[in-house]
Amino acid sequence: MAPHDLRRPFKRAAISDQQRRRELSLQRQAQHRRDAQHQARCLASFLNPHSDPEPEPEPETTSETEPEPSDSPKELDIRHASKLKGAEARKWFARQLMLPEWMIDVPDQLPKDWYVFARPAGKRCFVVSSNGTTVSRLRNGSMLHHFPSALPSGARTKDSSGSAQSYSILDCIFHESDQTYYVIDMVCWREYSLYDCTAEFRFFWLSSKLAETGACDPPSQYHRYRFSPVPVYNCDQAGLSAAYTGAVPYVKDGLLFYNKHAHYQTGNTPLALVWKDENCSQYVIDTDSKGQVPSQQQVVLELQDNGNLSTSDDPPVVFGCLDRAFIEQTESRSGNLLRFAIGDGGLNFVDGKLEKADLHYLGKPNRARAFADSYSKVMFQYMARHSPLRIDDLLASINSLSDQENKPSDVEMVG
Amino acid sequence: MAMEVTQVLLNAQAVDGTVRKQAEENLKQFQEQNLPSFLFSLAGELSNDDKPVESRKLAGLILKNALDAKEQHRKLELVQRWLSLDPSVKTQIKACLLKTLSSPALDARSTASQVVAKVAGIELPHKQWPELIGSLLSNIHQLPANTRQATLETLGYICEEVSPDAVEQDHVNKILTAVVQGMNSSESNNDVRLAATRALYNALGFAQANFSNDMERDYIMRVVCEATLSPELRIRQAAFECLVAISSTYYEKLAPYIHDIFNITAKAVKEDEEPVALQAIEFWSSICDEEIDILEEYGGDFTGDSDVPCFYFVKQALPVLVPMLLETLLKQDEDQDQDEGAWNIAMAGGTCLGLVARTVGDDVVPLVMPFIEENITKPDWRQREAATYAFGSILEGPSPDKLIPLVNIALNFMLTALMNDPNNHVKDTTAWTLGRMFEFLHGSALETPIITQANIQQIINVLLQSMKDVPNVAEKACGALYFLAQGYEDAGSSSSPLTPFFQEIVQALLTVTHREDAGESRLRTAAYETLNEVVRCSTDETASMVLQLIPVIMMELHQTLEAQKLSSDEREKQNELQGLLCGCLQVIIQKLGSSEQSRYVFMQYADQMMALFLRVFASRSATAHEEAMLAIGALAYATGADFVKYMPEFYRYLEMGLQNFEDYQVCAITVGVVGDICRALEDKILPYCDGIMTQLLKDLSSNQLHRSVKPPIFSCFGDIALAIGENFEKYLIYAMPMLQSAAELSAHISGADDDMLEYTNSLRNGILEAYSGIFQGFKGSSKTQLLMPFAPHVLQFLDSLYMEKDMDDAVSKTAIGVLGDLADTLGSNAGPLIQQSVSSKDFLSECLSSDDHLIRESAEWAKLAISRAISF
Repeated sequence: MAPHDLRRPFKRAAISDQQRRRELSLQRQAQHRRDAQHQARCLASFLNPHSDPEPEPEPETTSETEPEPSDSPKELDIRHASKLKGAEARKWFARQLMLPEWMIDVPDQLPKDWYVFARPAGKRCFVVSSNGTTVSRLRNGSMLHHFPSALPSGARTKDSSGSAQSYSILDCIFHESDQTYYVIDMVCWREYSLYDCTAEFRFFWLSSKLAETGACDPPSQYHRYRFSPVPVYNCDQAGLSAAYTGAVPYVKDGLLFYNKHAHYQTGNTPLALVWKDENCSQYVIDTDSKGQVPSQQQVVLELQDNGNLSTSDDPPVVFGCLDRAFIEQTESRSGNLLRFAIGDGGLNFVDGKLEKADLHYLGKPNRARAFADSYSKVMFQYMARHSPLRIDDLLASINSLSDQENKPSDVEMVG
Repeated sequence: MAMEVTQVLLNAQAVDGTVRKQAEENLKQFQEQNLPSFLFSLAGELSNDDKPVESRKLAGLILKNALDAKEQHRKLELVQRWLSLDPSVKTQIKACLLKTLSSPALDARSTASQVVAKVAGIELPHKQWPELIGSLLSNIHQLPANTRQATLETLGYICEEVSPDAVEQDHVNKILTAVVQGMNSSESNNDVRLAATRALYNALGFAQANFSNDMERDYIMRVVCEATLSPELRIRQAAFECLVAISSTYYEKLAPYIHDIFNITAKAVKEDEEPVALQAIEFWSSICDEEIDILEEYGGDFTGDSDVPCFYFVKQALPVLVPMLLETLLKQDEDQDQDEGAWNIAMAGGTCLGLVARTVGDDVVPLVMPFIEENITKPDWRQREAATYAFGSILEGPSPDKLIPLVNIALNFMLTALMNDPNNHVKDTTAWTLGRMFEFLHGSALETPIITQANIQQIINVLLQSMKDVPNVAEKACGALYFLAQGYEDAGSSSSPLTPFFQEIVQALLTVTHREDAGESRLRTAAYETLNEVVRCSTDETASMVLQLIPVIMMELHQTLEAQKLSSDEREKQNELQGLLCGCLQVIIQKLGSSEQSRYVFMQYADQMMALFLRVFASRSATAHEEAMLAIGALAYATGADFVKYMPEFYRYLEMGLQNFEDYQVCAITVGVVGDICRALEDKILPYCDGIMTQLLKDLSSNQLHRSVKPPIFSCFGDIALAIGENFEKYLIYAMPMLQSAAELSAHISGADDDMLEYTNSLRNGILEAYSGIFQGFKGSSKTQLLMPFAPHVLQFLDSLYMEKDMDDAVSKTAIGVLGDLADTLGSNAGPLIQQSVSSKDFLSECLSSDDHLIRESAEWAKLAISRAISF
């Protein structure tokens, strides 16, 4: 039995660089495996939104168009989406935003079921942070910015907390003058999908998570734009007043109303509403491309196979019909968007339903337009020009409710 | 039936190659024709005192090699072969072996001892040869010292060979009694006493019960301590080896003896010859190891639990231990820094001082500083070097608060010494000490930086200058630069203080790699390693310079591949260099590939790089293969789906890597690269999956492949399934049964040690990652029902993992994720099954409230998926 070797490493690092390379590779692979898993999992929530309970029907919504939940992007998942380029990416992202209807009627139960907040003026966009970078896409799907941010996986930093490829999606408005993204909703956070969560939960999550990341910090090398939450109020008298008159660091563009129980639903929804007047928005009445308010209200409608002109709602609301000769003359095809002015004949209603519209063809809209106008938008604009819904109407609706609450409530029979 | 083998055995050792070859051929023939007779003939030869000692010795060696092999599967074959041999032949062979122990020829006895131990190693665990120990012990009291010496040696070898549970306690007691008696000073024969002392070293592992008995332990310790005072150097050395072994095996029993042991070791360090003094120092190093482990456990676990309490032996001995060690530092050898294999008392003492500093922290500093101050400016290089080494040694352990003021004073002095000291040895240690300063006291975690705008320029100038010094000094300078760069690793912003020097540093390192003498003192390796670290820690500012490095390194790699007609020595060096260059490219790929902007620019080199990597596979060097494979994995990740264009050519090397059982590291890395490629190619990997899956399944079934590769192979199943989705269908019938049986094996492991538990958890993690990938891969396809039959088993596996309570956090996270994946993919079909499982209730709620955010995240996911599955 020979004496045992007792030499110890002398003036040497404990592990070789090769071993280090090996370990770093293994870490990288494990990380990527986790990311792939996360993405596969997250895809679930994109694929199966139908498995959730239907959003609670809005009681007595007078909206003529009870839009069905719009089609969710079944065939495309986020993993593909993140690789899509150009037109395809635009097409996909264009369908992802939840689009509020315009408030043409005051919903019941404002104080109980709704939030209100002042909408920042600016470009509505989706902000996706993943894989070490952040991309914002406008409502029509086109890219606004491509930048590093402090959002999770929003920049290539050495910070290895959390997975590098995890992604988050925020619903934002980019406010030009202070170069800030105001976050109005949270759709996906660290690959945890919030599509199926109520607005109540989403706002809670948004307020608790966003600040943690440092995304609300002033811009720095790895964080080009500041993010900021917006103050959200319960839509009672005080809340509505605060949203309407309260000071905010951004220019207001109307008020947004979100139903607390509604899930994030892509496309138009009556469970989120936008309302404006001159006090809280510069753009109550649509302007034309030169920034002038045209003398006549303009609408963009989509041409259907049968020549009908319809809104972007689902199901569409028909505003009129074109004859074949006119279609051929303007070289229009089914699916094209066309711009019209509403003539002095205005809109005519019978029993609350649109009967006839006095449309005058103007031409084709700007190519950036992805959608026809929604029914509620046309209506809101129409009302704004004729008999607007005023803040007092909203406050009155709330007051009448609080009066009711003081009375013994009736038992609702369900049979 | 014995054959005449003497002449053949002698011929087999002939100087004449043809004679030797012939003899070896003959031996092989004998063995193949009649194994029992062959083995018996060898045993006969070994035991025959009339035969020449050379043939006896070789006979014993061949016999030994017929019983044992290094390679695990070969070893098993040999064991089976011996066990199935005719019992009467075995009895005869064993009789010959035992008889040889009494031979006057030392070599014959010694060889026989080893063979007896090998046979015992096979037979005792099978409850065979029960009379062995008894008959050996009866030898102990025989008169000839020869026999006693050989018998004790044999007992020692047996203890080394056999695990303690194969020997009954009664025999253990008798063996220990015989061994300790043999060590006793009353034994007059030194050979016997030495054999006994060495035997005790191996028998210590058997002595658990005896060390728990105060009287027996006292006796053993007394005899061991006495043996350290023997006039015979080899006995003293062996006795100290026993003390070293006792210090780690029976640390918690040492308190009553530690004072005496300190005196014994101090005397040995001061006065005894080097081999003994080295063991005496090693005793304290080993005590430090133990206490560092215990204290780490204290610190790591806030309950303060450790199986073994800390007795703070080092802290208590500190006032005498430190001066003793400092004195050794002055006993350097002239050229120890040029000699890779050197190990002397100064090196051992310095190493021990470093361990002491890690054990006691701040307390060591005031004891060492006076020595440093007194010696650091002395004209004798030994004093300057010893002082510098002492300083370098204590830089890990004490708090930054204590060290930083000292380092701030020392830094300038060291920089000057590195430039101006006339002695290479001093410069070597100085550069090393600077490296230690940067390693432990420089980085974003420290509040007060020792490197500032004011001195960084000077530091870098000195290090770059020093890289032109003799190889051993230049190597240490590279090492210091390595840690200097590492300290800026997480500077956070895109601006690194190294940026202004980046170009200059890279240039200097490349120059070092081209030095004629870069092969000495592993200088070239150190230069590339430092280059890698500088690249790893670089920022976007210097991305363009990193990019420029690619063609340079590629050209170097190209040149190594073009070199013709090399000697085997040159080829080995060439392969080593290829490994380093591939490693460097890997680091660059990973760096540039991680940022969108730089990725696009560097992808222009992808084709050329890939072509070079593929050529590296033509070499036979495992290290070069490994490095090329790692680099390709990084490239695949950076390239993404476009990597598919390399697949036709790369595939065969991939397959080759997966078949490389011998260099299991290559195999493991290749498995990882398969995962990279799956994620890069997604379903474009499909055409290659048959081949890959076949190979992976073969790997799993092989008992030759190192076990550590198996967990990653399971994970790789998951990668493949996730990439190819429902196309994984055709592999289910192979993969699922393998996963199931591995899951069953890994679910329950009672009484496993820490290593086994760690391995089992990595295996569980691999299995779960496979399930996760498979479920997610099939999601949304029309074939999810194919997975339904496996659901009960998967859920059962999760439940049993939960009940066992011995999984680590990584497994918890993966396991709860699998629950979600199963629910997500199988939906309402699996609802009732899921609701029956414990996992969906207790396990899930535990995970939901876990402290680990990754576990919570997975649990949230599982909760969501389950709520969907059961809400239908």
